[in-house]
Amino acid sequence: MKAFTALITRELRLSIRTGGDVLTLVLFFVMIGVVVPFAVGPDRALLGRLAPGVVWIAAFLSMLLGLDRLFRADHEDGTLILLRHADLPFSAVVAAKVMAHWIVSAVPLIVASPLLAVMLALDGAAFWRVVLSLLVGTPALAALGAIGAAVTVSIRRGGLIAPVLILPLAVPVLIFGVGAISTGPGPDLSGSALLFLAAISLITLALSPFAAALAISSGED
Amino acid sequence: MTTDTAPKPSFWYRLAHPGQFVALTRPWLWPLTLITVALFAVGLWFAFFNSPEDYQMGDTVRIMYIHVPTAWLSQFVYGLMAVSAIGSLVWRHPIADVSMKAAAPLGATFTALALFTGSLWGRPTWGTFWEWDGRMTSTLVLLLIYLGIVALWRAFDDQLRAARVIAVFTLVGAINIPIIKFSVDWWSTLHQPSSVFTMSGPHMPPSILTPLLVMAIAFTMLFLTLHLKAMHTEVARRRLMALQRQAAQTGKTA
Amino acid sequence: MIDLGPHAVFIVSAYAGVTLAVVALIAWTLFDARRTASKMAALEARGIRRRSAGPAA
Repeated sequence: MKAFTALITRELRLSIRTGGDVLTLVLFFVMIGVVVPFAVGPDRALLGRLAPGVVWIAAFLSMLLGLDRLFRADHEDGTLILLRHADLPFSAVVAAKVMAHWIVSAVPLIVASPLLAVMLALDGAAFWRVVLSLLVGTPALAALGAIGAAVTVSIRRGGLIAPVLILPLAVPVLIFGVGAISTGPGPDLSGSALLFLAAISLITLALSPFAAALAISSGED
Repeated sequence: MTTDTAPKPSFWYRLAHPGQFVALTRPWLWPLTLITVALFAVGLWFAFFNSPEDYQMGDTVRIMYIHVPTAWLSQFVYGLMAVSAIGSLVWRHPIADVSMKAAAPLGATFTALALFTGSLWGRPTWGTFWEWDGRMTSTLVLLLIYLGIVALWRAFDDQLRAARVIAVFTLVGAINIPIIKFSVDWWSTLHQPSSVFTMSGPHMPPSILTPLLVMAIAFTMLFLTLHLKAMHTEVARRRLMALQRQAAQTGKTA
Repeated sequence: MIDLGPHAVFIVSAYAGVTLAVVALIAWTLFDARRTASKMAALEARGIRRRSAGPAA
């Protein structure tokens, strides 16, 4: 357990030190909220209907584009090989990295999401559902993203392929994430969508470290 | 123990030598091709000249004779890729690697064809080219997974390392196959539910079932023939790359 | 050809598209095989052989 928390602390400390790209991703996230009203017009009713989808697309893109930071730096300086042969099982190492990645990449997005909700004309109740659905759904994105990052870690310019690989698998997260905010006209099913989202997050968090660890180990000689 | 009394290695072991594999399976290519052509001839004759129009859909039911086989193949090929992936990861079988790589572009093409024929069938039958229902969406997701795998193969320099990593990813993506299969049952949608492989047997009359089965087998044989040929080419390509590397090392350039 | 009904254009385009794709698949498979074989032949002509292939004829 000590090794696990030490790893998470290491990741957090490294991220704080290099800080810059996390800020960039949050900016990217917020900018999508700025750009969409320009693109579709300032009609509040329309924006309000599109808002759940736009928020989630923005979260999607920000998290997928930030995937490279999971393993690439450690792969390039050889730390990944050392971690592979550590006492802590490699899947636990990956799990620690996923959690740290979520803290560093997703929490700022969740904190920034009210800003997005306001810009996209979301009303009171939906406002908090945005924050909640992102809170529950972004762990799934981090976990699935780890698989993509693990598969592409040894490819030289593989950073762009990982989002392409993960996007098809993450479609259910998107569907239920948006559903957890609003399910459109008709009865309010957002509660059950949120539960589905939670289930997906828990399952992916539990299983993806093993898949990602296997992908990295298979990729080494 | 002499070479005569030594135990013979098992079939899979002998198959694992790429040269042996090609030598063993090359004689199968022409028979497979002829069977495929014959089946297509029979199937197409049935489809156009010897089967009735559906009482609901009219003649457009004939699209089913190419839509259902390509849709079935899109899942079958992924299943084959997943089995090869297991062979690659667990046993490091060289032919499993080759099989996985050769199957991916073929599977992608058949999935795209399934979407294409389904779309053309949907327009006259349901009034729309596309609908985001369970089966169509998950088949589109399958196509994206196939294309991602094809892109992955091209991105790696070392093909042997690529095989193992891609095998992991293939198995992760395999979760999508049961979702496609059961999506028409789980979500009440536009697409019709299963009518061939159900618990009580097929729901279709024989006059429509027969051309369907013939075409399905024809398409499957087509895939198997192309797959085998592509595997031979891949074995040759790896040999070629090794030779090119050897040539570069010894300095013998053109 | 029998009468294909009012939606013939969909049926014909579906079959045409599939035929085109299948023909393209077959053509590409054969072309790929031939291209690889000719590259091998070119290397072999330059005297680069596999170690197990023995000396050049």
